[in-house]
Amino acid sequence: MNIAKYLLNYLIFPGFVFSAIVGLLTTWVDRKVTARVQWRMGPPWYQPFADTVKLLGKEVVVPAGARRTGFLLMPLVGLAAATLASTMLWLINLNPETSFIGDTIVLVYIMTIPAISMILGASASANPLGILGASREMKLLFAYELPLVVAVLTSVYKAGSFSLESILAHQAQEGIMLGSISGVISFIVILLCAQAKLTFVPFDIPEAETELAGGSHIEYSGAALAVVRLNMALMFFVLPIFIITLFWGGIAFTGWRILTSILKYVAIVVIFVLIKNTNPRVRIDQAVRFFWGPMFILSVVAMILAVLGL
Amino acid sequence: MSLALKALKKSPWVFHVNTGACNNCDIEILDCLTPRFDVERFGIVLVGSIRHADVLLISGPVTKNCLPRLKRLYEQAPKPIKVIAFGACGCKCGIFRDGYNTVGPVDKYIPVDAYIPGCPPKPETIIAGVVKVLGTL
Repeated sequence: MNIAKYLLNYLIFPGFVFSAIVGLLTTWVDRKVTARVQWRMGPPWYQPFADTVKLLGKEVVVPAGARRTGFLLMPLVGLAAATLASTMLWLINLNPETSFIGDTIVLVYIMTIPAISMILGASASANPLGILGASREMKLLFAYELPLVVAVLTSVYKAGSFSLESILAHQAQEGIMLGSISGVISFIVILLCAQAKLTFVPFDIPEAETELAGGSHIEYSGAALAVVRLNMALMFFVLPIFIITLFWGGIAFTGWRILTSILKYVAIVVIFVLIKNTNPRVRIDQAVRFFWGPMFILSVVAMILAVLGL
Repeated sequence: MSLALKALKKSPWVFHVNTGACNNCDIEILDCLTPRFDVERFGIVLVGSIRHADVLLISGPVTKNCLPRLKRLYEQAPKPIKVIAFGACGCKCGIFRDGYNTVGPVDKYIPVDAYIPGCPPKPETIIAGVVKVLGTL
């Protein structure tokens, strides 16, 4: 009985179908806001769905010299991990009893899997630009994980527990994490880390349309490309929810909190899109220096402030 | 009409290749993406890799050096792919007809679905051409 319930959760409601639909709608918000920033009209709301259906109907080309299994399997591994992260986050937000000790750590781990699967898939593609993209993605992963984990730890320290349930309970009792100086600093750090995790400009170094022509997903076509894009859409859905859960009091589906939850989510998405549209791409060494320098120092300062009780 | 074909009409992704044009056509193609024409309204975007493309937009006459690359690009593209010959040169070699390095118009080597003439074609002409090529689906 339990297994059937969890399977249903994973595949339908907070899991795959729901997250995919909302994730694709989020990519539409991204494209629409981008278009408005550039004084254009932008695509209609069903554009991401049309793109996905079209890609599913196209031929899948596996390049000669590529490792077929690894090349085609890796996007699915990433998709499975992103779906799992989304399911866990939503279940914990809707029903705090499903939380367990250490789920914050598990989520941080699971959310690195899509990036790792992209690295492996691009390495299997036998394309020099793809492999260059994979190498850059790996460096970027090392760069942003450090400040991200320290920023997450600030929230964990203030709640005094590694379970998301107690982080949410702490915020419900003593006000959201964003209400304190250390919370605000870690929030800024984690926003920029999430920007890099989503490989958005200014940290779209692994994809770099203009120099690597798509980089890590240059060789994907048809249904495989649809899975890769779905993967990115899901991460675009998961990361704002993760940040809201840690710093902004979580989301809920009761009464007025439905509206505030949606507003929080859209606000964070629009912040991502505005950063994306007002910055040029940085080099990989600049990105690593940025995350290991100012961002790491800021996150440590936030941690010290949290220990001091600010 | 199948669902995938319907979706293809709503989101044709374009890969643009220059096989020896004078670059004027390429500037006009970029004009279509600007706020005045904004073809992203119809789901048209320029993509960086041929593997993502639904439409192969070829500007320029085919030069000796470009010919093997052009054939390879056509083979590499995931099917179904539509080919558009762009500009006077893409359609009939234009002013490069007698050039020592020109080996002929695009349709001599790969099947072409639509021709967009002009030197360079106006953005309005480009959009009309795209509508025609989507009508052949």
